[in-house]
Amino acid sequence: MKKTGAEIFVESLRHEGVKTVFGLPGGVVLKIFDVLCQQKDIELVLTRHEQGAAHMAEGYAKATGRPGVVLVTSGPGMTNIVTGLADAYMDSVPLVAFTGQVSTDLIGNDAFQEADNVGISRPCTKHNVLVKDVNELAQTIKEAFYIATSGRPGPVLVDIPKDVSIAKAEFKYPEKVNLRGYNPTIGGNKHQIKQAAEEIMKAKKPMIYVGGGAIFSDAADEVRELAEITQIPVTMTLMGLGSFPGTHPLSLGMLGMHGGYWTNMAMHYSDLLIAVGARFDDRVTGKLSEFCPEARVIHIDIDPTSIKKTFHAHIPIVGDVKAVLRQMNVMLRSMDGNPAEMKALRSPWLKQVEEWKKLHPLTYKQGDKITKPQFVIEKLFDLTKHEAIVATDVGQHQMFAAQYFKGNRPRTWLTSGGLGTMGFGFPAAIGAQKAFPEKLVVCITSEGSFQMNLQELVVAAEHKLPVKIVLLNNGCHGMVRQWQDLFYEGRYSASLLGNMPDFVKLADAYSILGLRARKPSEVESVLRQGLKHKGPVLMDILTDPYENCYPMIPAGGAQHQMMLEDPPEIRLAKKGGAHKKKVDEGEGVLPA
Amino acid sequence: MEHIISVLVENKFGVLARVAGLFSARGYNIESLSVAPTLDPTTSMITIVTVGDDRIIEQIMKQLNKVVEVLKVVDLTETNFLDRETALIKVHTKPEHRDEAIRIADIFRAKIVDSSPTTYTIEITGDVDKVEALINLLRPLGIKELIRTGRIAISREATRTDSPRREPALLKT
Repeated sequence: MKKTGAEIFVESLRHEGVKTVFGLPGGVVLKIFDVLCQQKDIELVLTRHEQGAAHMAEGYAKATGRPGVVLVTSGPGMTNIVTGLADAYMDSVPLVAFTGQVSTDLIGNDAFQEADNVGISRPCTKHNVLVKDVNELAQTIKEAFYIATSGRPGPVLVDIPKDVSIAKAEFKYPEKVNLRGYNPTIGGNKHQIKQAAEEIMKAKKPMIYVGGGAIFSDAADEVRELAEITQIPVTMTLMGLGSFPGTHPLSLGMLGMHGGYWTNMAMHYSDLLIAVGARFDDRVTGKLSEFCPEARVIHIDIDPTSIKKTFHAHIPIVGDVKAVLRQMNVMLRSMDGNPAEMKALRSPWLKQVEEWKKLHPLTYKQGDKITKPQFVIEKLFDLTKHEAIVATDVGQHQMFAAQYFKGNRPRTWLTSGGLGTMGFGFPAAIGAQKAFPEKLVVCITSEGSFQMNLQELVVAAEHKLPVKIVLLNNGCHGMVRQWQDLFYEGRYSASLLGNMPDFVKLADAYSILGLRARKPSEVESVLRQGLKHKGPVLMDILTDPYENCYPMIPAGGAQHQMMLEDPPEIRLAKKGGAHKKKVDEGEGVLPA
Repeated sequence: MEHIISVLVENKFGVLARVAGLFSARGYNIESLSVAPTLDPTTSMITIVTVGDDRIIEQIMKQLNKVVEVLKVVDLTETNFLDRETALIKVHTKPEHRDEAIRIADIFRAKIVDSSPTTYTIEITGDVDKVEALINLLRPLGIKELIRTGRIAISREATRTDSPRREPALLKT
C-alpha cells in the first residue's frame, strides 16, 4: 500500500528509533504534523521558538549520544534554527533537522515563507539535501541519520517540500545506505599507533589532552585506562570535560584560556602531547607559535581535516578515538608489565605538576556581603554530590562552572564550546531532562544568556521537566565587561544590563518555583530548597558584578603567560573608582 | 604554488556550490574551474586550479574529501599530467593586419573559426604557456574580446592517481 510523504517521514523516524522530536509547526509542514498527532510512538515537544527546538535537540543528543531530531517549517522556521545548526556543526553534535519547504513548483518564486534552506544551511551542516521526489524520501532519511551519527558526528538537514509530504509512494525502509563517497576511517594505522606507543613509553613529561571526540566515541574508559597504565596527567578541553573523572588524581581539569595555571604550565613544558579527539582550537592554544614548544605531538582524530589544521602533528592517527586507544592500550600493556617502573619514570613530572598546582590553585575570596559566582558553583558541586547533568550557557558563569564543577562522567557536561552560543544552556537542559526524566539536570546560566531563550520556561512547566536553573545574576554580560575592564579601560559599552526582570516573578508567571539568594548566607539554603523541589525551579542568585575569571590567557597571548588576578589598576577601579561609580549611579547592576 | 586538483563528484545539484563554498569560506581563491560529466553520467569531474602553500593545499584536499558527494580527489600537480585549455580570441583586423593575424594563428596551429570584415575569431587549444603566448602576440593587433575555458587536466599513464580516495594523504607522511 502506498503511503504519503508525511507517513513515510513518521515511519522512517520510527525505524530510526526516534522517540522525541523538538519542533514547531507552520504552513508547509502541516501534513507531517497531522500524521504526528495521530500516533503515539514519537512525541513532539512543542517549543516556543525554533532556536529552542534546535538547542533542545542538541542537549538531548549530547546527553544520550543519540541523534537529536528537529522539525520546523520553511522560511523563518528554518532560519531560526541556523544558530543551532552552526552550534551543532562546531561541536560535532549529531542532529537531524527536518525543514519544510514550499511546493516544488513554487521553489525559486519567492513564495510565501520560502527560503533557500539548503543554500543557507550548507556551510553549517555536515550534509544537507532537498528531497524533490517522494520516492527518495525514505532513503534520504536513512542516509541523514547515518551521516549525522557516523564518523565525526554533525548536523544534517533534510528539506521536504509540501507536495512531497502529500504525494504517495510505496514504502519500504531501506536496510543500507548508498553513499559511495562517504566512508569514515575507523581503525587507525597500526604502524602509527605502534610508533605512538613507543614514544609514550619513553616520554618524560607527557600530557594527555582530551577533547569532545572522546565523548562522542564513548572512549572515557579507554582514556582512563591509558592514563592509569602510563601514569600520564590528563587535561580536557571545554568540550572534553567528563571524558576523564574531574576528581581523579591524574586530572588537571580544563586547559586553555581559562584553564588552571598548573594545566597550562604542564602543557607548555611537556615533551609529548597525546591529543585525543581534540582540534587545537585557538582558545586552547593561545599564541600558536609558543604553544607546547618542546612537545612531540601524537594526534588522534576521526576527522583528517582536524589534523595539522592549526598545529603540527608528528604522529597523526586518523581513526575513531575509542578504536585507536583500544589498540594502543593493548600495545602499551604488552610493552611494559611493570607499573612500578612506570610510576618511577613519571614521578618527577607528576611532582612538578603538583608543585605548580600548589603554587597557584584556583582561588576566590568569599566575604559575607556579596556572593561570588565560584562559591555558588562549589556549593552546587557539593550539594549534588558531584552527580548531575550540567548544562551551561556562555560567558563567565560557563568558565567558572568548567573550573569548579569537576564532573566525573561523560555526557553530563552540556555546553556550547565552538560557537559560544548564549541561549544554549536552558533549552539544552530541557532536552537532556526529556531524555532522562529521572536524573538531576542543572542549568547553570546567567541573566544575559538566560534571557535569550527564556520563552522555553513554558516547555519545562508543561512537560513537568524538573530542570534546576541556577541563574548567576551579576547584572551584566560578565565576560564582555571583563574584557572591557582589561583591554578597553573600563568603558562598559553595552555590557551592563540596566533594567532587569524580576526572575522570581517571571518564574511565577510560568507556574515555576522561583527562589532568590541576595546574600552569601542565603545561597546554600536556596540551592538546597531548589534541588529538593520536585518540579522545575529558577534560582536567582545575585552575584558580584565585578568578579573576573582567572587564570586568563589574554587573546593571542602565550599559554604559559597567564594573568592570575586583576591587574592593579582594575583593583583600584573596583574600590570605588570610575567603573564602580558609574555602575552605582544608576546604570544599575544589582536589582534592588 | 599553483595546484591543479581533480575532484570526482556525484553529478547532483548543489555539489558544485558545496565544493566552491569550501574555498570561499576559507578565503582561498579559485583561479580556474571547469565542470563536466565523466564517462559515467552519474559523476562529474571538477578541475580546480588554485594557489596555496603546502598547508593550505593539504587542508583543501582533506576538506574536499570530507564532502559526502565527493568520490575522489587528486592533486595532479604531484603527478605527471597533461593540461589543456581552450581560448576564443576575437581580434580587430585592420586590412593591413589581416594577413599577419592568419600567420600568427598558423604558427600556433590555431584556427580561425569566425570572420567579419573587421575581426577574426581565433580558437586555440593548448597548455597555458601556449595560449598565453598567442594572446601576447595578438595583443598589438587589438583584442576585442577574449574567453577562456579554464583548465582541464588528466594524468599521464602509470601514475598513482587511481589510489582510493579515502586513503588520507597524511598517512604517507
